[in-house]
Amino acid sequence: MNIQNLFKIAIKALGNNKMRCFLTMLGVIIGVGAVIAMLAIGQGSKNSIKAQISEMGSNMIMIMPGAERRGGVRQSSDDMQTLKPADYEAIVNQATGIAHITPTVSSSGQWVNGNNNYPSQAQGVNTQYLDIRQRKVAEGEMFTESDVKTAAKVCVLGKTLVDNLFPDGTDPIGKVVRFGSIPLTVIGVLDEKGYNTMGQDQDDLALVPYTTVMKRMLAIDYLQGIQASAIDENRTEETIAEITDILRTQHKLRDDQEDNFSIRSMQELAQMISSTSSMMTVLLACVAGISLLVGGIGIMNIMIVSVTERTREIGLRMSIGATGKDVMTQFLIEAIIISVTGGVLGILAGAIATWMIKLFAHWPVQIDPSSVILSFVVCTAIGIIFGFYPAAKASNLDPIEAIRYE
Amino acid sequence: MAKEIIKIENLKRYFKVGDETVKALRGVSFTIYEGEFVTIMGTSGSGKSTLLNTLGCLDTPTSGEYYLDGIAVKGMGKNERARIRNRKIGFIFQNYNLLPKTTALENVELPLLYNSSVSAKERAERAEKCLREVGLGERLYHKSNQMSGGQQQRVAIARALVNNPVIILADEATGNLDTRTSFSILTLFQRLYREGKTIIFVTHNPEIALYSSRNIMLRDGHIVSDEYNDDIKSAEEVYRNLPEEND
Ligand SMILES: Nc1ncnc2c1ncn2[C@@H]1O[C@H](COP(=O)(O)OP(=O)(O)OP(=O)(O)O)[C@@H](O)[C@H]1O
Ligand SMILES: [Mg+2]
Repeated sequence: MNIQNLFKIAIKALGNNKMRCFLTMLGVIIGVGAVIAMLAIGQGSKNSIKAQISEMGSNMIMIMPGAERRGGVRQSSDDMQTLKPADYEAIVNQATGIAHITPTVSSSGQWVNGNNNYPSQAQGVNTQYLDIRQRKVAEGEMFTESDVKTAAKVCVLGKTLVDNLFPDGTDPIGKVVRFGSIPLTVIGVLDEKGYNTMGQDQDDLALVPYTTVMKRMLAIDYLQGIQASAIDENRTEETIAEITDILRTQHKLRDDQEDNFSIRSMQELAQMISSTSSMMTVLLACVAGISLLVGGIGIMNIMIVSVTERTREIGLRMSIGATGKDVMTQFLIEAIIISVTGGVLGILAGAIATWMIKLFAHWPVQIDPSSVILSFVVCTAIGIIFGFYPAAKASNLDPIEAIRYE
Repeated sequence: MAKEIIKIENLKRYFKVGDETVKALRGVSFTIYEGEFVTIMGTSGSGKSTLLNTLGCLDTPTSGEYYLDGIAVKGMGKNERARIRNRKIGFIFQNYNLLPKTTALENVELPLLYNSSVSAKERAERAEKCLREVGLGERLYHKSNQMSGGQQQRVAIARALVNNPVIILADEATGNLDTRTSFSILTLFQRLYREGKTIIFVTHNPEIALYSSRNIMLRDGHIVSDEYNDDIKSAEEVYRNLPEEND
């Protein structure tokens, strides 16, 4: 039997019942559309996380005071004061795998310039911060090691702070602004970076020597954290182990005592975030897959009804020479046409939905070509699988009984 | 000597209904030659439809031999019988059995769709020719549900002719039609007979025997008479003399 003729017959039969045909398709359209959109959201967020990580530098290592937090249990303030400037000095002197390192302390407060003020933070760091975070000073210059030693009252401002403190556009370099009650001379302006993919303003930043923050602003003798970058991105694990040893010796911890600090690498963080987002993607895809399955069952349901309804037609076809295989192929083709057309429309619907999500919700999305191919293959398979039973049922009819069927 | 189209020997067909066996055919034998117009007659339940279904390769006999156009049908598989139905048999049903929402032309083309050796072009040409033969040349694109019973039966006859069958089998082909329309259909069958087609026409209307060349009577699954008719009456004459109604 000529497959082309069977296609004609199947299309004709579907055309006789357009509304029902479309409603059946709708199940598949929604299912496939959901799969495409969900996978696009998953892929998009994964990409944006990756971009973010590489923006921040994948060789970054963060050292925080206090034991690793488990299950969100709060730690006493004593625990948060375990990192001392001496620890920083020890790492600088002993660690071999570190390219750059800076202590971090930060203070929140108002930046004031005359009548203009802006609530933000003073980020206390040393000169190496710029290398670690891959930032540059666009105008003026960065403070120096000697500024750090003397806890100089200087600052380097980000673009957002400049815009808010000098709205009239005067050159901020050399001007004196206040952070709280402390006057600081602006010696540089940071390069403009804009918003990152998570929507944070990377220009809402003011760098101050960390010693200035510790002594003049917060009056503390401990560090809030240490940031470093490993020489080799692939050896961060070893570098972390090295730092751990140095800090344990510094803190005179016995073997049975736990670390009173914690170290995270950006890689570790990246893995954590991306595995969470992978899990989300799988979950979303499962939900979408279930709706696709429901669509498939819809096809089977309609095909069974259709076979019963068209029993006489089947009987007639057989009595004028259609073989069981012809009848079976015809019904299979009908099911596949429904599912594949639904699939193609569903891919379109999914693309439109994805585009709308991007347009209105501003979520990062990306349609992966593989998800399109996957949906297409799954649709064809669904047509075959769910069309098979009704088609087999039709082909097994006895022509005489079928033609007499009322 | 004319060619043997159908030859059956001691054909039996028993149906099992629960514990009982219904004997629809209890040993029927006859031979039908090319160019005969045979009516098969009998009371309701005498086995006419069962016999015709068997001859049409839709049903298989319980026992007995059946040769169609010289080929033994016994022992054929489902697919082979489907092929025989497609190539050698033209079947006409009492209730027309046309595809709904489908044009006359497409209905007539249907058997050829299942014959891959016929091209789309040839298919349309042959279907059109057959529809012209049955007098429906003007209604090629009318849908089946837009036609009268008589017209629908003509479409069904055209469909039975389109594959150039060796035999045309009709089961109560005029059973649903009024007298006048019945005679117009009968006129058509007589014309096909004159053109040399072989026809078996099942009916329980005894009058119709007068218009065929041979009449076989069935009763309780047996042949009770098998007579040739030398004086075939013309259906066309009767049709002409019938008062005209709105057709
Ligand atoms: N599928 C079947 N199952 C059981 N019995 C059947 C079946 N088909 C036919 N019969 C029986 O076989 C006998 C002959 O039936 P058949 O249909 O051949 O009669 P018929 O001569 O065509 O009658 P009618 O003029 O009413 O159409 C009947 O008694 C009928 O009940
Ligand atoms: Mg009957």
